[in-house]
Amino acid sequence: MTTLSPPPTAPHESRAPTPPGLVGSWLRDLGIGLRFAVAGGREGWFRTLLTAVGVGLGVALLLVTTALPNALQGRHDREMDRSELRYGDTLDKAADDTLLFTRVDTEFRNQSVRGRMLQPEGPRAPVPPGLNALPKPGEMVVSPALRDLLTSSDGELLARRLDYDVVGTIADDGLVGPGELAYYVGADIPGASPENGADGRIDSFGEVRTDRPMGPVLVLLVVVMFVVLLMPVGVFIAAAVRFGGDRRDRRLAALRLVGADGQMVRRTAAGEAFAGALIGLLIGAGLFLAARQLAGQVRLDYVTVFSHDLDPSLLLVLLVAVTVPASAVAVTLFALRGVVIEPLGVVRTAKPSRRRLWWRLLLPVAGVGLLYPMFGQGDGNGDFNQWMVTCGVVLILIGITALLPWLVEACVNRLGGGGLSWQLAVRRLQLSSGTAARMVNGIAVAVAGAIALQMLFAGVEDDYVEPTGVDRSQAQMVVSPRGDSSATEGLAETDSRLRAADGVRRTMPHASTWVSAKPTSEDSEAQVTVGSCAVLGLMAKLPSCRDGDVFAVDGESRELAKPGTKLYFEPIWGSDDTEAPPWTVPASVRAATAVEDPMGNITGGLLVTTGALPQEATSTLRGEIYVQIDESVPDVREHVRNAAAMAGPYTRTYELQATQVDDDFRTVRKGLFIGATCVMLLIGVSLLVSQLEQLRERKKLLSALVAFGTRRRTLCLSVLWQTAVPIALGLVLATVVGITLGAVLLKMAAASIAVDWAGVAAMAGIGAGVVLLVTGLSLPPLLRLMRPDGLRTE
Amino acid sequence: MSIGHTLLGLLESGPRHGYDLKRAFDEKFGHDKPLHYGQVYSTMSRLLKNGLVEVDGIEAGDGPERKRYAITEAGITDVGAWLATPEKPEPYLSSTLYTKVVLALLTGRDAADLLDTQRAEHLRMMRVLTDRKRRGDLADQLICDHALFHLEADLRWLELTAARLDKLGKAVGA
Amino acid sequence: MTPAGALLTARDLRKAYGPTHALDGAEFSIHAGEIVAVMGPSGSGKSTLLHCLAGIVTPDSGTILYNGRELSAMSDAERSALRRTEFGFVFQFGQLVPELTCVENVALPLRLTGAGRKAAERTALGWMERLEVDDLKGKRPGEVSGGQGQRVAIARALVSGPRLIFADEPTGALDSLNGERVMELLTEAARSTNAAVVLVTHETRVAAYSDREIVVRDGRSRDMERAI
Repeated sequence: MTTLSPPPTAPHESRAPTPPGLVGSWLRDLGIGLRFAVAGGREGWFRTLLTAVGVGLGVALLLVTTALPNALQGRHDREMDRSELRYGDTLDKAADDTLLFTRVDTEFRNQSVRGRMLQPEGPRAPVPPGLNALPKPGEMVVSPALRDLLTSSDGELLARRLDYDVVGTIADDGLVGPGELAYYVGADIPGASPENGADGRIDSFGEVRTDRPMGPVLVLLVVVMFVVLLMPVGVFIAAAVRFGGDRRDRRLAALRLVGADGQMVRRTAAGEAFAGALIGLLIGAGLFLAARQLAGQVRLDYVTVFSHDLDPSLLLVLLVAVTVPASAVAVTLFALRGVVIEPLGVVRTAKPSRRRLWWRLLLPVAGVGLLYPMFGQGDGNGDFNQWMVTCGVVLILIGITALLPWLVEACVNRLGGGGLSWQLAVRRLQLSSGTAARMVNGIAVAVAGAIALQMLFAGVEDDYVEPTGVDRSQAQMVVSPRGDSSATEGLAETDSRLRAADGVRRTMPHASTWVSAKPTSEDSEAQVTVGSCAVLGLMAKLPSCRDGDVFAVDGESRELAKPGTKLYFEPIWGSDDTEAPPWTVPASVRAATAVEDPMGNITGGLLVTTGALPQEATSTLRGEIYVQIDESVPDVREHVRNAAAMAGPYTRTYELQATQVDDDFRTVRKGLFIGATCVMLLIGVSLLVSQLEQLRERKKLLSALVAFGTRRRTLCLSVLWQTAVPIALGLVLATVVGITLGAVLLKMAAASIAVDWAGVAAMAGIGAGVVLLVTGLSLPPLLRLMRPDGLRTE
Repeated sequence: MSIGHTLLGLLESGPRHGYDLKRAFDEKFGHDKPLHYGQVYSTMSRLLKNGLVEVDGIEAGDGPERKRYAITEAGITDVGAWLATPEKPEPYLSSTLYTKVVLALLTGRDAADLLDTQRAEHLRMMRVLTDRKRRGDLADQLICDHALFHLEADLRWLELTAARLDKLGKAVGA
Repeated sequence: MTPAGALLTARDLRKAYGPTHALDGAEFSIHAGEIVAVMGPSGSGKSTLLHCLAGIVTPDSGTILYNGRELSAMSDAERSALRRTEFGFVFQFGQLVPELTCVENVALPLRLTGAGRKAAERTALGWMERLEVDDLKGKRPGEVSGGQGQRVAIARALVSGPRLIFADEPTGALDSLNGERVMELLTEAARSTNAAVVLVTHETRVAAYSDREIVVRDGRSRDMERAI
């Protein structure tokens, strides 16, 4: 047909369709994008799935993180429900609704076992949560985890210690977590009372519900930790939304060719990202539910969580559900701002304007500005404004993502020289420094946050970690028999049991009591420590020692310890009927200089050898045995604990530790390490994906280069440089920002500023490790891409 | 185009009357201008004189159209040589080349070979022209380019025909 | 059958990609300084033939002798070294490294053989002058036209003084005027350095710059000179 006249138009077509409104066009173009995302053939699906899986991983992590406070609350609630603490006065008298309890906690291979010995004093005695009835004497009710442990061969030693009949299991509402080891054992000890062995008398469980507020510094730590962990997840989601961007741009160009305008394709792109984010939300929810299901079986440092505890609050879930797709759209539109999609291809604005420094610096400066007013508040009781802390930290960390592109550009443009692989890498970075910076943004943010937290931890550690001053070379365990009327006999019996136990090298039994100058006063008291010459020698430098000797250790009790002074053991104030046993300080008393004992204590007062103690005084003694063990004997600690448990139900066993860490603090730090590692691995995944994507884009070029005879080593090295240079810059920036942020946080906590270089190195090391891992994983595909098949166009 | 070679080629499949020859020619090659009978007569007498055909028989009746011609060995050789010799590449060769291809197909000779030979000849010509163009002045270049474009068009036709030989074989063989 | 003194000969090459036989008994030979066009319809196996001849792809069977050495007997490293030092390559597109400047691209083969950056770029600039693209030296491939880019690619193919240049549809992405100019420059440069050229093309006007033509059909080659 050669006619040039326009084809006749049908009457109904002559009317131009009314242009849709803004909302209408948005919906239409988003719809096109959605269809592209799911109906784009294998390629389209792959891209959408990539985004969806990335977003899904991020969403799952978000949900778990937001569920954690609830989970911790659930644990705390149940902990409170079974607590024996009570308000007001102690119950002095037994009644038909009272119960005597004794804490018979023990430890088994570093796991603590919660134990309570319950002795009802009447038929209406309270029953702890999770139990139907109180166990009868000699019977015990155990948690499922403890039951499994006791019946396994691993738990044989513990079964010997808890030698009671198992008659039931504790239900979930009586346990803080599914993996908790706990037991209740029934007892019927005649004459037991809070004054004699038992820990207390109660008429109900869970009367006191404390919501012990965390200290301001702990609050600071937790808030910063959440921000530090969630920020990289955000960065990761932003990166995931842009997976496969280059291919998408080409498809959009095709859309332009058939008549879509610039705004339309932008909205279509947003629609694609939206679809990925929506599917990602579903995947995230699925992953979260799976993780929640698995949570019951996962233990982090012996902490376990019930699946039903892991419930994020509805508000946070809604927030995630709205924010993630919305930010997917926003990120896409933002990313396309420097890109012009022409019908015949994508043009990145030819010369991107030089990146400016000033506004990028504004972000961290504003962050520091927000935090500045709170300097020094951790000192007193002042609370931190959580919103200001959050915003300040977020701004400082976001500053990294703003500063890094500038830094990479500025540095890379000054690089030169070097071999061919270096040249290839540098030139590539110069051409697309933005891409390179984006790739490492997440890692940099994570590392900076982790470094800051690490510093904060190290800085406030003094407050939370108390050096116990224990010399662990002399003794590693302490056993203290309690509540027994015949203290010295009990001590001797316990001592002989311990000495018979496997792996015990030496026992150092000793006992202590008080003396006073008056029979009924608490004035002028002095401590009296009784033991053999060898044991007393651990507490003071003795000139010489034989049984029957008495020593006065320097200190305020010197006055009291003059020869001939009449003293009374355990003077009971206000008491009438009993009389404190009297004792006259013998003339042979000698001075001695106290030294730190194996517990790190300085013993004052009088040191009395066993033979010098009057018989009447033995009833006032409280015994304690230092135990030196042979670490090479397997399960030596369990043998000691078993031997101690044989001696009596009230016998306590402790392990001496060089430092004593506040429990809260330990949990927080564990959380940080686990979280940081997870986040960095997640970011590693996104790094890997974008790395592979870039390689695939360059398939043809790589094949051509190999055709020229380029060594594969050269190309591999150039890929390594290409990743290593921005990562190195990112880590340097992250270290600087991290240390700055750490210093600011320490200032707020009013702690002295010290850089924990080991921590910095560890965090930077994890970051660098992730990069190496990613580069390593991308090498096999790279080698495959470099095969000459890439030259084939058909 | 050589009518003599064409008629000879048509005779290769078997002896024919002059009138049959004309009809066969018109049917296969004379789409726009049919052969005059006189042309057939004079061509056949020239071929007879050169010993490329012989009279196979004369049927009773009057007029030369009753003669039946058959091809001789020399005639077959001549057709073969003609088909194997590439035409001098020049514009508007297509009718000759078409005739040659069809005849090759009809006589069971390798038509692809024929096309390839012609193709090589064309390319040789193009090489000469390209070379002359490179050495010559602007006028030379323009003249050479004109020729080159025509040759290129012929070559495209050759390629296309080569790709469709099977189809053509069926069409003319029917 | 092998012409005496041939630079590169190939015999009975076979190569299959899955069920399709890209090469099915192809033959080839080229003399020093000769320009041979390889023609044929799309998918006939021309590019595969070139890839095999250049040692980029290993044929399933058959022999390829370069200067008396059997290509398939060489290790991958040896073949790479051969491609670096003895061969030059021009492809249709996608061969210039986008992040390197033009002069750096041209200098690439020299750098691959270990030449210093300065010296390599000086030599590269000389070749760019010969191909009339020296004014592009600081530009990146994305900033030059297709014809200019191909000239840069030719400069790169020639810079290491190869004895054999493989050109796969060097004018495929160019209009006829630019294509002619590129071919003129390529053949002139090749003749002046006595480099042989294997020229894969489907355009007869491009093939007309050659000395001889091979046609590949269904994986089989046909030497047009011997057909006559």
